Amino acid sequence: MKYLCLIYHEEQARQTMLKEDGDKMRADYFAFTDDIKKSGHYLGGNALQPTASATTVRVRNGRTSTTDGPFAETKEQLAGYYLVEAKDLNDAIHVGARIPGARFGSIEVRPIMEIPGA
Amino acid sequence: MTGDPAEAVREMVDTVYRTDSRRVLATLIRLLGDFDLAEEALHDAFVAALEQWPAGVPAHPRAWLVSAGRFRAIDRLRRESVFDASRAAIVEQLGPVTAPAPDVNEEELEDDRLRLIFTCCHPALPRDAQIALTLREVCGLTTEEIARAYLAGAPAVAQRIVRAKNKIRDSGIPYQVPSRADLPERLDAVLQVIYLVFNEGYSASAGPSAVRADLSSEAIRLGRLLADLLPDPEVLGLLALMLLHDSRRATRTSPEGDLILLDDQDRSRWDQAQIAEGAGLVERSLALRRVGPYALQAAIAAVHAQAARPADTDWNEIVGLYDVLLRVEPTPVVELNRAAAIAMRDGPAAGLDLIDAILARGNLTDYPPAHSARGELLRRLHRGRDAEAAFRAALARVTQEPHRRLLEARIAGLSRSDQF
Repeated sequence: MKYLCLIYHEEQARQTMLKEDGDKMRADYFAFTDDIKKSGHYLGGNALQPTASATTVRVRNGRTSTTDGPFAETKEQLAGYYLVEAKDLNDAIHVGARIPGARFGSIEVRPIMEIPGA
Repeated sequence: MTGDPAEAVREMVDTVYRTDSRRVLATLIRLLGDFDLAEEALHDAFVAALEQWPAGVPAHPRAWLVSAGRFRAIDRLRRESVFDASRAAIVEQLGPVTAPAPDVNEEELEDDRLRLIFTCCHPALPRDAQIALTLREVCGLTTEEIARAYLAGAPAVAQRIVRAKNKIRDSGIPYQVPSRADLPERLDAVLQVIYLVFNEGYSASAGPSAVRADLSSEAIRLGRLLADLLPDPEVLGLLALMLLHDSRRATRTSPEGDLILLDDQDRSRWDQAQIAEGAGLVERSLALRRVGPYALQAAIAAVHAQAARPADTDWNEIVGLYDVLLRVEPTPVVELNRAAAIAMRDGPAAGLDLIDAILARGNLTDYPPAHSARGELLRRLHRGRDAEAAFRAALARVTQEPHRRLLEARIAGLSRSDQF
C-alpha cells in the first residue's frame, strides 16, 4: 500500500533554531531519505517553504478568489511530506516514526486511496 | 437428553459454537482477509454443520468449520463476482476453492486468536472502538449486549464497530501479532482495553449491576485467554489484579447499594479461590523479573486480601511495593496511595504531610479521593472541623451517587465521635 507521511511541526521553532541544530537536522533528513530509498519504501518527498509563502485558491460560482496564507491556521504547520510504499499500516508507522521531524513535531500517516481503473 | 439423534447433533453444534466459534472466526479473518466476509463465512459454516453433521460428526470439528466457512465464502464471492468486479479480485487472491484445506493446526489457530486481539486493540483505532470491537469479535458479545452494558444505543455501538472495521481495511492495519520491538507498546493497549472493560463492570458508576458484573467476568475471561496465549509478566499481573479485586465484589456494597470500605468489609465472604489464584499469579509474574505496574498493584491487592483482619495487614510490605510502583509509574495517584499506606505504617501525621505536599503542587486538586483520604487522617488526628472541611471538599467533587452517600455518612459520623 501507498501512504503519505505528512510532517507537521511548529514553524516558529524551526525559524529560531540554532545553526548547528539546523545543520544536524538537515543531515538527519538526508540520512533518513537514503535509508528509505535503500529499503524500497521511498516513492517521493519534499520539504515545503514556510506557510508565509502559502496562497489559498478557491473557485465559487465560476469566480476565482485568492487569499494569502494557508487553508487552516493550526498550532503545528505542514512542513513537508514523504510518499512511501509500505507493506501495511504497521510498516508505514515504523517509517513515520523514523522521520527526524517525529522527534519534535507529529507525523500524520494517511493511506493513499486506490481508485480502480485510474 | 432426548434419544433423537438430530437433537443430539444440534446440541453438539450449539456446544461447539459456544466454545469454538471465536477461534474459527479468528482463523477465517486471516484466511479471508476481511472481518465481514469472515462473519458471514462463520455463519455459513455452522449452518453447514447443522445440515451435514447428522450424517457423521467430523473428527476435528474446528478444522472442519474453518474449511467449510472458507469454501462457502469463496463460493459466495464467485457467484457475486459475476455482478461485482471488486469481488472477483478477492476471489483471485484467495485461490481456487479446490485448493487443499488451509493450515489449521492448533498452534496456528492460537496465533489467530492473538492476531485478532491485537488487531481489535490496534492503537490506530479510537479507544471506544477498540473496546467495542474486542467485546464483539473476541468475546462474541452481540452489539445489543455491548450497548446495554455501556448504556449506549445499539445503533451507536454498531456504527462504532463498522467504522473500526472500515479503518482496519482502508488504512491497512495488518492481521498480525506485533513484532518483538512493538510488543510492549501494543500489549499495553490490549491490557488497557481489558482493564477498562473490567473497571466498567466493577465500578458502581451506573446501570443495572448484573449487566456490569458480566463485563468484569468478560474481562477476566479475556485476561485468562491472553495469559494462556502470551504469559507476559504484565498479562499475569493484570489477570491477578482483576481476580483479587473481583474476590471482594460481593462485600463492596450493601444490599442498599452503599459502598463499604475495605476495613468494614466482611472478609469471610471474600472469594478465597479467586484470592489463591490471584496470589499465585502474582508470584509467577514477579518470578519473571520484569516487574510492571499491573503486577505491583496486584501484589498490593494480594497483601490486603491475605490479611484475615484489617489489623493483620502488612503495611511495611505495602509501602515497599508502593515505593517500587512509584518508580515504574511516577504519578500523583500512586503517590497519594503510598501516602495512605505510610499513614497506616507510621501514623496519620506522617501521611497527612505527604498528602498536603501533593495537594500543594496542585496535581490532585480535583481528585475526590485526595480530599477524602486527607479527611480520614484528620479525623484520626481528632481534628474534626478540618476533617469535615476535607470531606466536604471531596463531596463537592464526586459525581457518583454511592460515593456522595458514603461521604455524607462520614461527615455525619464525625460530629458524634470526634472532638472539635
